[in-house]
Amino acid sequence: MGHVTYLAHDGRAYEVELEDGLSVMEGAVRNGIPGIDADCGGMCACATCHVHVADEWRAAVGNPGEQEDELLELAPERDDASRLSCQIVMSPQLDGLVVHMPESQH
Amino acid sequence: MSAAAAIIADTASPAVDNVPLAELDPARPDRFRSETWQPVFERLRREDPVHLSENGEFGRYWSITKYNDIMAIDTDHKSFSSEPGITLVRTADQQQGSPFQGMSMFIAMDPPKHDIQRKIVTPAVSPMNLQLLEPIIRERAAKILDDLPVGEEIDWVDKVSMELTAMTLATLFGMPQEDRRKLTYWSDVVTAVPGQGLVDTREQKLEIFSEYHAYFTRLWNERVNAEPTGDLISMLAHDPATRDMPPLEYFGNVILLTVGGNDTTRNTITGSVYALNRNPDEYRKLRADPGLIPSMVSETIRWQTPLAHMKRRATRDVEFRGKQIREGDTVAMWYVSGNRDDEVIDRPDEYIVDRARPRQHISFGFGIHRCVGNRLAELQLRVIWEEIMKRFPEIVVVDEPKRVYSSFVKGYESMRVVIPRRN
Repeated sequence: MGHVTYLAHDGRAYEVELEDGLSVMEGAVRNGIPGIDADCGGMCACATCHVHVADEWRAAVGNPGEQEDELLELAPERDDASRLSCQIVMSPQLDGLVVHMPESQH
Repeated sequence: MSAAAAIIADTASPAVDNVPLAELDPARPDRFRSETWQPVFERLRREDPVHLSENGEFGRYWSITKYNDIMAIDTDHKSFSSEPGITLVRTADQQQGSPFQGMSMFIAMDPPKHDIQRKIVTPAVSPMNLQLLEPIIRERAAKILDDLPVGEEIDWVDKVSMELTAMTLATLFGMPQEDRRKLTYWSDVVTAVPGQGLVDTREQKLEIFSEYHAYFTRLWNERVNAEPTGDLISMLAHDPATRDMPPLEYFGNVILLTVGGNDTTRNTITGSVYALNRNPDEYRKLRADPGLIPSMVSETIRWQTPLAHMKRRATRDVEFRGKQIREGDTVAMWYVSGNRDDEVIDRPDEYIVDRARPRQHISFGFGIHRCVGNRLAELQLRVIWEEIMKRFPEIVVVDEPKRVYSSFVKGYESMRVVIPRRN
């Protein structure tokens, strides 16, 4: 179990306790957090669960894989901290993770 | 049984189940015009989800009909290329040379070129631009609806769906509004099958193409010689990656943006009115809770599936679900069938405006070619419905709409409706 903070574009913060093995996308969807659409259901096939990982967590979270990287290109607000949250899986190393949600998902 | 299901049962051809599998040709456009495509895909999903057709008017091609299989192919662009085109082409047109020969558009390109060109047009549908567009679209939607007569039969396609989407697209292209209906016309000509209504012959189609081409060449020349503006043509004319592209590549991209930018949304707007009429309980739900509009919009995009398929070409031999797809083979991903796959979507034949996960549909495609204008489409649908609900308690579909003769564009040529009264 690890703690995740989702910071919405409007400044609101959502806190979730996420079971190890579940993705950060699932943490948002299961708790009804707005701002993560996850249209493809976590198959790394769209870019609608885009998040920006907080600077201090980027090393722990790591870089996107090849397919994820291509899909992130679809996201209008992509930057170096961008990841698809369906590809970030909770583990003890990520307890306390903070992610920023973009203005909208494309 | 819902009204929609009853209609489907009425028109279903019992013959489909008796046809030998090998002869099933899901791309036959007549079944889309007559709305009898469902039993074919139902049978393929059940008996032969990766299906080879060889003898129909579209020649030899594979049909992928299950949701997850479509997603697997759509996201594997290395094995399944989008070049040279993304729609099935009739054998006759392949032999004659299609009117699109020599044209290319970024939807029919592979990386890296695809990524570069797609990125150039993306700002037109960015969140910031959509915020700017929303009040403009709303004002236009309000005007269109306010001008509709009450108690008289009208063609909803012509008076509302075409108008709103053409206005939006003209704005994105930076065109004068008085030319907007040229866009709907050209868009229809692009996908028209000669002899099925809009154009009689291939030659006539080419003639109209040359007017379309001349118009956009003029637009390009105007933009190239002016300061950059935010419109799509200006973006293409000024970006270092596209300003020197061959004229036919520019025109190809114009076609892509024209068809993608109005046909799909237009047909989904019409589809929403039709589906709500066929499912009066759902219409009641929506009226009782207009907060359901966004969910109804996604459900309509799934239920309508405005583009029935996308085509790929295998770049290598692939064993897929036990079938041997060979290098060079044509593969059709049937979005229209994926959206009816009950292994992924609960009660997929029913139209349900408050589904648990309405955004889970395959109409926008998945992977790097996923629809670039998806949010603009949803925005136009949401706004028109917000404005409809403010004005009309009901829109009544008078009789069955006339559907498009195409297994690519799944839509409506006309649909007669009456608005009984205003709020």
